[in-house]
Amino acid sequence: MTQADTDIIVIGAGPAGLSAAAEAARLGAAVLVLDENDRPGGQLFKQIHKFFGSKDHRAGVRGYAIGDSLLAETARLGARIELGAVVYAIYPDRRVAVITADQRRLLLNPKKIILATGASENALAFPGCTLPGVMSAGAVQTMVNLHRVLPAEKTIMIGSGNVGLIVSYQIRQAGGQVAALVEAAPAIGGYGVHAAKISRLGVPILTGHTVKCVHGVDRVEGVTLVALDDRFRPVPGSERDVAVGCVAIAVGLTPLAELALMCGCKFTYIPKLGGHLPVHDDNMETTAAGIYVAGDITGVEEASSAMEEGRLAGIAAAEALGRVAPQEAAALKQAVWARLNALRTGRFGQARRDAKEQITAEGRGAHVS
Amino acid sequence: MSANLATCGYLSADELAACLPSHERMAKGPVAVIECVQDIPCNPCEEACPVRAITVGLPITSLPVLDAAKCIGCGVCIARCPGLAIFVVDASRPGDEGTVQLPYEAWPLPEPGDAVNALDRTGRRVGAGAVEKVLASKTQDHTAVVTVRVPKELLNTVRAISVEGRDGA
Repeated sequence: MTQADTDIIVIGAGPAGLSAAAEAARLGAAVLVLDENDRPGGQLFKQIHKFFGSKDHRAGVRGYAIGDSLLAETARLGARIELGAVVYAIYPDRRVAVITADQRRLLLNPKKIILATGASENALAFPGCTLPGVMSAGAVQTMVNLHRVLPAEKTIMIGSGNVGLIVSYQIRQAGGQVAALVEAAPAIGGYGVHAAKISRLGVPILTGHTVKCVHGVDRVEGVTLVALDDRFRPVPGSERDVAVGCVAIAVGLTPLAELALMCGCKFTYIPKLGGHLPVHDDNMETTAAGIYVAGDITGVEEASSAMEEGRLAGIAAAEALGRVAPQEAAALKQAVWARLNALRTGRFGQARRDAKEQITAEGRGAHVS
Repeated sequence: MSANLATCGYLSADELAACLPSHERMAKGPVAVIECVQDIPCNPCEEACPVRAITVGLPITSLPVLDAAKCIGCGVCIARCPGLAIFVVDASRPGDEGTVQLPYEAWPLPEPGDAVNALDRTGRRVGAGAVEKVLASKTQDHTAVVTVRVPKELLNTVRAISVEGRDGA
């Protein structure tokens, strides 16, 4: 990894970061992608399901295949990817502090920075939650789909968003059992088609329920579930025990925004999108000039919109470097916005679109350097 | 079933009524049943259909509309639906049995001749089924389409199968 010829540093080699890198490299910028993991692709390579959307969004293509094509695209366009590279600071002068895979410490000085750091899974606290066998749904998905190991013969899933629904289905595909999917809210959070897929395999979805405690001595041996009333209070006497070896938790994600905080970006708080988020404009540029964001760091959605946001950030950063004429950049960005807005419609998407518009309204013309 | 997809995870009778083709159409030959009732942004079924019997249109959150008169029951849409929400039912053959074609994404695949449990939308066993055909071409990208023979009165009920002792069911 060298400093010499880097225009843009992209932090995070998931769907958003790779898309940003591809777009900027296509327009002629010298791009370096840094990722702390030892494999690129973010979560794409464990997403073995077919994606939704239109042909433009790669609908019907499985996540790992989209990951493969993104890696091929970035490679073809000449963006470099450095793995095992931990970015631990961005200083006020915009220098990027990195520890490389071979333990070198570098200070890089790119002209633009795109933060595509993703999100982390939320935890849930209950008695027994530290026992081995309690893990995030993402961890289960990694074990099952990447490492091909079932965490337990029987799992209980907490949380009915798309992650909980999809991972439950994938546990079944891997030959495991799902005792139930438990949801505190009165309705299922994710897509009905995902819920229908696990229902017809006999996985009960218990809305208005939560986990009261986990039992076991040195590992999970079972859970006690409890019904909740309309104010989310446990209903006395409704407890029931279920024998499981794994408790998977899918209760939302929180944007990994520490680097944006270090840059001094203005933040806003939008619970619907995962919490504290860096304000940004229609170019995905934060209030810290030259620092762009894309993907879950800008508000938790899914890979399809993360990729589109990455493309926006990549085009905008290349434009700011003078690699593409404003008129051409405007046309490119408009095409991306059309695809993004198509994803952000309907009962699941409109609320996200509204929240996103609130962020960009705050972000427009608010740069501080 | 009076429950709702968004609260229980399977279609209520009302929701289902909007998806089912008429008895007359089912008696004529295989026809698609599109169990897609939420406005999610998705339209591969529209492109998949070789006879343009499925319309989503714009915005892509519109629900797919099937023109059952045009549908030839080819089943191409089954494996193309990312939500695994499309089935093909056929009540046209003589006798008491008809077929359901359903998407199947587990391993190992069932084989023609296998006796299977016929499951409803809640995973409950509602009867016995027999596998007639298994399509798993490369274009289906790991979504096999299994044709299972069931009693005609179960054509609108059976939406999954399990093979005894194979999938933990």
